[in-house]
Amino acid sequence: MALKVLAVDDSLTIRELLRACLTNAGFDVDVAVDGMDGLEKLPEAAPDVVITDINMPRMNGFEFIDALRGGQSPTTVPILVLTTESASELKQKARAAGATGWIVKPFDETRLVSAIRRVASYDA
Amino acid sequence: MSGTNDIRDTFFLECEDLLEALEEGLQEANEHIADGAIDSETINAVFRAVHSIKGGAGAFALNDLVHFAHTFETVLDEVRSGALMPDAEIMDLFFRSSDRLVDLVAAARDETPVDLSENQVLEAELKKYAPDEEEEVEADDFQPMGLDFSMDLPDLDFDDDAPAPAKAIGFEISVRPHDAFYACGNDIVHLLRGLSELGETTVAVETDAHADFDEIAPEKSAATWSVRLITEESEHVIYDVFDFVDGICDLKVDPIHEETMEDEPISDEAADPVELEVVQKIESPAEEAPVEVKKSEVPAPVKAAPVEAAKPDAGGKAAAKTSRATIRVDLERVDRLINVVGELVINQAMLSQCVKEAGITGSTDISSGLDEFKQLSREIQESVMAIRAQPVKSLFQRMSRIVREVASATGKRVRLVTTGESTEVDKTVIERLADPLTHMIRNAIDHGLESSDARTSAGKVETGTVTLSAAHRSGRVLIEISDDGAGINRERVLQIAIDKGLVDANAELSDTEIDNLIFAPGFSTAGEISDLSGRGVGMDVVKSSIQSLGGKVSINSIPGKGSTFTISLPLTLAVMEGMVVEVTGQTMIVPLTAIVETLRPEDKDIHHLGTGEQVVSVRGVFIPIFDLGSILGYRTTKSYSSNQVLLLISTDEEQTYALTVDSIFDQRQVVIKGLSENYGELPGIAAATILGDGRIALIIDTDGIYGMNSHSAIKTQQPWIGAA
Repeated sequence: MALKVLAVDDSLTIRELLRACLTNAGFDVDVAVDGMDGLEKLPEAAPDVVITDINMPRMNGFEFIDALRGGQSPTTVPILVLTTESASELKQKARAAGATGWIVKPFDETRLVSAIRRVASYDA
Repeated sequence: MSGTNDIRDTFFLECEDLLEALEEGLQEANEHIADGAIDSETINAVFRAVHSIKGGAGAFALNDLVHFAHTFETVLDEVRSGALMPDAEIMDLFFRSSDRLVDLVAAARDETPVDLSENQVLEAELKKYAPDEEEEVEADDFQPMGLDFSMDLPDLDFDDDAPAPAKAIGFEISVRPHDAFYACGNDIVHLLRGLSELGETTVAVETDAHADFDEIAPEKSAATWSVRLITEESEHVIYDVFDFVDGICDLKVDPIHEETMEDEPISDEAADPVELEVVQKIESPAEEAPVEVKKSEVPAPVKAAPVEAAKPDAGGKAAAKTSRATIRVDLERVDRLINVVGELVINQAMLSQCVKEAGITGSTDISSGLDEFKQLSREIQESVMAIRAQPVKSLFQRMSRIVREVASATGKRVRLVTTGESTEVDKTVIERLADPLTHMIRNAIDHGLESSDARTSAGKVETGTVTLSAAHRSGRVLIEISDDGAGINRERVLQIAIDKGLVDANAELSDTEIDNLIFAPGFSTAGEISDLSGRGVGMDVVKSSIQSLGGKVSINSIPGKGSTFTISLPLTLAVMEGMVVEVTGQTMIVPLTAIVETLRPEDKDIHHLGTGEQVVSVRGVFIPIFDLGSILGYRTTKSYSSNQVLLLISTDEEQTYALTVDSIFDQRQVVIKGLSENYGELPGIAAATILGDGRIALIIDTDGIYGMNSHSAIKTQQPWIGAA
């Protein structure tokens, strides 16, 4: 079974890029357009790794991570934050919310895939 | 990666939406700068738009775009965080930056070079409001996953054969995860695996002494991991592995040097019995297992099932405008569908004809089924047309940029008011309307509006208003561009037209005719060719491009009050309502929109002129009669006989003439099939269509017919060729 990734980003371009890269790497990819959508799709997607953007309408990445880590039944699914900012402050904030790691845009395919493999608990 | 080009296309399509959202957000913000009540969601949306453009552009290495978007975004972020309050000056800068972004996106899409100096000027202005550059530099140092190869190319170190003194042959690494380590979804296994990829590892774990079973907290950290890694990689590569967990574990990395290895394989932590055992394993080459966990109490966090979608309180958030659920479809596919549906409509007409000819009438199953078929095909046609329809909003938003540019170039103060932005028009029409509309807006400001001083002395408010509106009216789209300027200076227009030989010096022209002179080729009212409205094209080009869309443009100007230009367009370029007529046995279509009325005049109303021409008197007005058959060369006689029918036609120039046809069949929707591609431009013929019986009928170009026959004082006529 392929590793399952849920990619959350409000930009269609980035979603399509992620989908292409990750499908190419042999992962099963689901996408969501913002945090709210991500939460809705989570049960069905049952991802091994979640990738999320920070700046999104309705529910941003921090709120999304908060919702995943907090709440009634917190999950420890690895979460990678997609960010154009490489500022350490932002990473700390993402970390505080419960992110596992981050990927700085623009990402290249190899790095993206290796970052996912680094945090995935699945030996793919 | 496959499909990169598709994704690139997707990016530019998305950019259009984002730039639209940006413009919309800026305008919304601009309306609130005075009262300082800018909605934070508006600023967020503006920020996100720029941010997303930057993100996507980065993926395609569009560096100019990325760089500019970054600078812009940095300032927007200041606004977002509340550190910067936008005033009129800043908003103006934002608008200009937004315009620049539009240009950069277009340049990137078309792969045309950009004038970087323009970027630099704007960037310099933006940077005045941005926080210190220093932060940015610092930030870049922390880039862990970016494309910064300089710090991530271990090969460089590897290839370096220079005998570095006391080069490390490996590292002793000690990791003590904090509780947060596990809370963030990390797993020590990944780190150990990451290290094992760098070289030969031996791992030991030391767990804390446990208290009672009851007190064991599985989500807590309870172990320290020691790894002995033999590698030629340099130290920062080790730190890269721990990149994600920096700050949520205690990490100690000590280099192992060769001498240490030879003399005493066990370093200063020799006292640890576990370590000792492991190290011995290194020395026996048969031992393969790179990772050895000595004690079993690994505090592996329980991997919980995904959370049952913890919905945030939906009411609380200022819900952003819900995005339209859309799919993107290749335009070619839609056009193919429209074509096929056109064939369907023709086919349905043919079927009706067959049924009629077979003598089936009344309320039979066939005819009721046929009626239903007719209804359905009509509905399908309308739905398909609706696919191509788009709100004119994007077009109008582009105009606000033009207004800004022209306003600043002319030094006039202008306000643009738009209404009916949600009016939907065929996509092709929207695209092809952009240039004429741009020109008309430029004209409205440059020529229509007076200077501030002139306005003040005329008792008007200093800021001129240009109104752009769109509305559906009786199956057509009306777009109006009006200004509250001085109106058309008819004396001057007439004088120029006479000077340029466009009209006879002694011609008697109505106000409307004079106004329409500005559409004459080669006419330019500007005393000096202004680089704004000028550009070598006049209103004649505007007019012909509107006509090529099957549209009409008319002027209504009131001296001292302003001018209104009304563009009337068909909803679609693919079908039209037509009157089916017969001339010398030929079936032809006359566009219904051009027909004012049909009449069969009495003989006493027909008057003969000396030249052999005829006119008809309709309610006291004399109207010239043109015989369609003779104009198209089907017959030589051109005098009206009482068994014929006259169609009263109104042209774009508001001229009226009567067209003689032999008989009228009915009026129906016809599918326009272009001819110009195969036959070039035919005078008097706009296009063709296929009738129900399979025959081809020509669609008459009513304006062209007038141009071929009129002896008007105005010597400028251009036939319109419909259907592209």
